[in-house]
Amino acid sequence: MKVDGAASGPVVLDTAGLAAAVETLIGDGWSVIAPTVRDGAMVHDVIESVADLPTGWGDKQEPGRYRLRRRDDSARFGYAAPAQSWKRLLFPPRTTLWRAHRPPPGSADRDAGDFVVQVATATPRYAFLGARACEVRAIEIQDRVFLGGAHTDPGYRAARESALVIAVNCSSPADTCFCSSMDAGPRVASGADVVLTEVAEPQHREPWYLAEAFSDRGAALLRRVPSAAATPEAIDAADAVVANAAAHMGREMPDVDLHELLSESLEHPRWDDVAERCLACTSCTLVCPTCFCSSVEDVTDLTGTEARRDRRWASCFELDHSYLHGGSIRSGIRSMYRQWLTHKLGTWFDQFGTSGCVGCGRCVTWCPAGIDITEEIRAIAGPHLQEVTP
Amino acid sequence: MSTDKPSVAVWKFASCDGCQLTLLDCEDELLEVAGEVALAYFLEAGLTSVRGSYALSLVEGSITTADDARRIQEVRQASRTLVTIGACATAGGIQALRNFSEVDEFRSIVYAHPEFVETLGTSTPISAHVRVDLELRGCPISKAQLVETISAFLHGRRPNISGRSVCSECKERGNVCVTVAGGTPCLGPITHAGCEALCPAYHRGCYGCYGPADTTNAPSLVVRLREGGMADDDIVRVLRTFNAYADDFRDASEAVAAGKGAE
Ligand code: SF4
Ligand code: SF4
Ligand code: SF4
Ligand code: SF4
Repeated sequence: MKVDGAASGPVVLDTAGLAAAVETLIGDGWSVIAPTVRDGAMVHDVIESVADLPTGWGDKQEPGRYRLRRRDDSARFGYAAPAQSWKRLLFPPRTTLWRAHRPPPGSADRDAGDFVVQVATATPRYAFLGARACEVRAIEIQDRVFLGGAHTDPGYRAARESALVIAVNCSSPADTCFCSSMDAGPRVASGADVVLTEVAEPQHREPWYLAEAFSDRGAALLRRVPSAAATPEAIDAADAVVANAAAHMGREMPDVDLHELLSESLEHPRWDDVAERCLACTSCTLVCPTCFCSSVEDVTDLTGTEARRDRRWASCFELDHSYLHGGSIRSGIRSMYRQWLTHKLGTWFDQFGTSGCVGCGRCVTWCPAGIDITEEIRAIAGPHLQEVTP
Repeated sequence: MSTDKPSVAVWKFASCDGCQLTLLDCEDELLEVAGEVALAYFLEAGLTSVRGSYALSLVEGSITTADDARRIQEVRQASRTLVTIGACATAGGIQALRNFSEVDEFRSIVYAHPEFVETLGTSTPISAHVRVDLELRGCPISKAQLVETISAFLHGRRPNISGRSVCSECKERGNVCVTVAGGTPCLGPITHAGCEALCPAYHRGCYGCYGPADTTNAPSLVVRLREGGMADDDIVRVLRTFNAYADDFRDASEAVAAGKGAE
């Protein structure tokens, strides 16, 4: 689990230790991004100090419904997946890939060629504080998408390779969470630099953190902040937090071979049923931390001297997503929904050797029609489920 | 008017002028190309014949009179490319509410001398009368989409106008969903993008001013609105605003008005 030389084992941080970690990162030039409260939900944003973390806030998530709630303790990480995922930062919703400028005729630049092309290069330094097991797993999945194979994405690479991940093991899964059944949580297994477990205390006392370094960078950070050695009791207390989370998963993905099930169910009547409910709004795909589709838009200005190529998020619930010469091959909601589910849970294995779902529950919560993918799978699997559970 | 510059004409039919205000609001951008295009405004719905020919016609407003029905044919004849701008021109506008009722009744109530008011029984979109090359949605249209369309036209490329839903833009913008997190009714899931999710960004539900998206499921949204506690009368009202007569909105409001699908 831990890297060589990383360390001396887990340590305990109190609030001052966590605050020092945030200050150290900011001092070193990192943008520290963490969940914050905005507009009635948890939203990732830049924080200036631990005071910006949502102390004492929790959430209640159901299909198609999200509400914040006050907790009866002082936890800073006592809620499940925030509204959107870290995908927004590594694979931004809209980004300019390159710009071209046409210098005026007769200028020196003009001689060099008609257009001067500039490739956009941003080199953000993000520290992700509070990433959950499912989210870290989702980043690892998007790594395969954007960095695996022959053609990699330079923008993603720049943001990803610098990003420092300070993950937090989950304490409070929502009713929509099912990471356990996707083998993606609630404990962070890999992919982070530091993993914290928050042990909350009653309101008037500060929470404390068991901190483990998973990388050299993480170990270096922990060495620079005040901490205490972790006692066996502290380790037990932290383990109990994660065990309790695992015991409180809100839902479960049916335990079937999803790849096989879906490839055999392309004409299942359930697709018609879900097509009556699905709004083709795209929300599920855009909040999903692993969906990676995009579309490029070439833009010129009115005078024709500036041009640029933008990339924006796209979704298989857009008619244009399947547009080929002459029309769209998936023109109805039935085939759009089927594309989403069969790709996410089935053909993703063929493409990337893994499922495309980490069980974060976002597509369930943020679906304005309250459609629950685990429920859809249960309906499609019907007879298969009876075979395995007599 | 010089002949080598592409000529852009702006035509007005039944509408409030809001979309043309968007055009005026683009002055800074349009000044840049003042040397490259010749812009002509035909704001008055005059009875004179259409003269000249135009590379691009921007058409605002819906067809509500027999004269307009004739004039739009002439505008089409005179235009190489015809783009309709706004909810009136693309869906009949708010004045298409007349399509759900008897115009004669209104006419006699509203006007002192109804015999002087010549009008058709319906307000129809431009596309019901002539071939339309591109429709810009919205009440009013978005400045960014208008500039994008004119730029694309001038440089012979396809404009980037997507028919996805407002939810896509909401997620792109990073808004927290007002329906899911606040229980506020929102037409965003069935509404055409283009406004950059303006209303949800200010914590209000989408009013559907861009009309139906490419792919919609209005009957399902009606179910959700009912579950959220909205009365059928209010559902009919929310579907019957700027795009009341756009197919998907009209079919849904008529079904609700007829009491279909209610428990
Ligand atoms: S499919 Fe749904 S639950 Fe699975 S990772 Fe995506 S958003 Fe999360
Ligand atoms: S599920 Fe749809 S949006 Fe997501 S990656 Fe697959 S095709 Fe793209
Ligand atoms: S499943 Fe839900 S979130 Fe996804 S497109 Fe359909 S209505 Fe929207
Ligand atoms: S606020 Fe409205 S437009 Fe935005 S995601 Fe929610 S339902 Fe869609």
